Amino acid sequence: MTLIDLANPTKFLSLTARVLPWLAGATTILLLIGLYQAATAPDDYQQGATVKIMFIHVPNAWLSMFVWGVMSIAALGTLVWRHPLADVAAKAAAPIGAAFTFLALVTGSLWGRPMWGTYWEWDARLTSVLILFLMYLGLMALWRAVDDPSRAARAAAVLTLVGALNLPIIKFSVDWWNTLHQPAAVLRMGGTSLDKAFLIPLLVMALGFSLLFVTLHIAAMRNEILRRRVRSLQMMQASQQAA
Amino acid sequence: MSLGPYASFIVTSYALVAAIVLMLIVWIAIDYRNQKERLRELEASGVVRRSGRQATEI
Repeated sequence: MTLIDLANPTKFLSLTARVLPWLAGATTILLLIGLYQAATAPDDYQQGATVKIMFIHVPNAWLSMFVWGVMSIAALGTLVWRHPLADVAAKAAAPIGAAFTFLALVTGSLWGRPMWGTYWEWDARLTSVLILFLMYLGLMALWRAVDDPSRAARAAAVLTLVGALNLPIIKFSVDWWNTLHQPAAVLRMGGTSLDKAFLIPLLVMALGFSLLFVTLHIAAMRNEILRRRVRSLQMMQASQQAA
Repeated sequence: MSLGPYASFIVTSYALVAAIVLMLIVWIAIDYRNQKERLRELEASGVVRRSGRQATEI
C-alpha cells in the first residue's frame, strides 16, 4: 500500500484494522516502562518527590502543542490540497488535543501549588496554554454547529491556522516575558539541562504519550469515516423514500 | 517509594491523567460501536453504498 492509497477512506479503514492492535500494544508497553522509571526516579534536590509530576505534565504539554501542529498541517491539506482525509484527521484530533491540554493545565497547577505556593498565576505561559485549551473547545463547537462536514471543515481549517499563531507564543513565552514558569529544560539551545536520571523516564513517557495520541487519533479517524458513511447512507435512504 | 509531604498532589496528578486517558479510550470505543450499529441498521433496511458494497463492509 502506497501513501497515496491512504487518501482513499476505505483503504485507510483496512489499514487501521491491521495497525491499531500493534499500536495499542506498543503504547501500553512504553507507558508501563515509563511509569516504572518515573516511580523509581530519584527525588530532585530542590523539588523532592514532586518532580514525578514532570513525567506526566511535560508530555501532555508537548502534545497539547503538537496536536494543534498536526491539525494545522491537516488544515493546509483541507484548504490547499483538498485531501479527502485532511478534515477527518483534524476533526478527530481536536478532542484528544483538548484532553492533553486540560491535563497539562491541571497537572501544572497541581505541581505549582507546592512549588510556587499557588495553583494559578496569570503569567504568559499559563495564560497562552489556557487560550490554546479554549481554542480547542471553540473548534469542537464549530464542528458541531455546522451540519455539512465539508463546510465546517473549511471554516475550522481557517480557525486552526489562525490559532497556530499561538504556538510560538506558548513556546517562547518563558523567554519573552518574566514568568513564574521555568524556562525550557529539554528542547533548548545548548542541549538539555536535565540529568539523565530524569531525562530518560521523561523521554520514555513522552514517546509513550505520543504513541497513545497516534493510536487514539487513528481510532477516532476510523470512527469519523464511519460517521460520514452513516450520514451519506441516511441521505441516500431519505432520497430513495422521497422518490 | 516515599512521596514526601506533597504525596496528595502527585497521586492526584497521576490519577487524573489515568482517568482522562481511560475516558478518551472508552469514548472512542463506544463511538465505534455506535457507528457500526447504525451501519448494521442501514444495511438491514436494504441501503447499499454507491460502490454496491454493504454498509458495514470495509
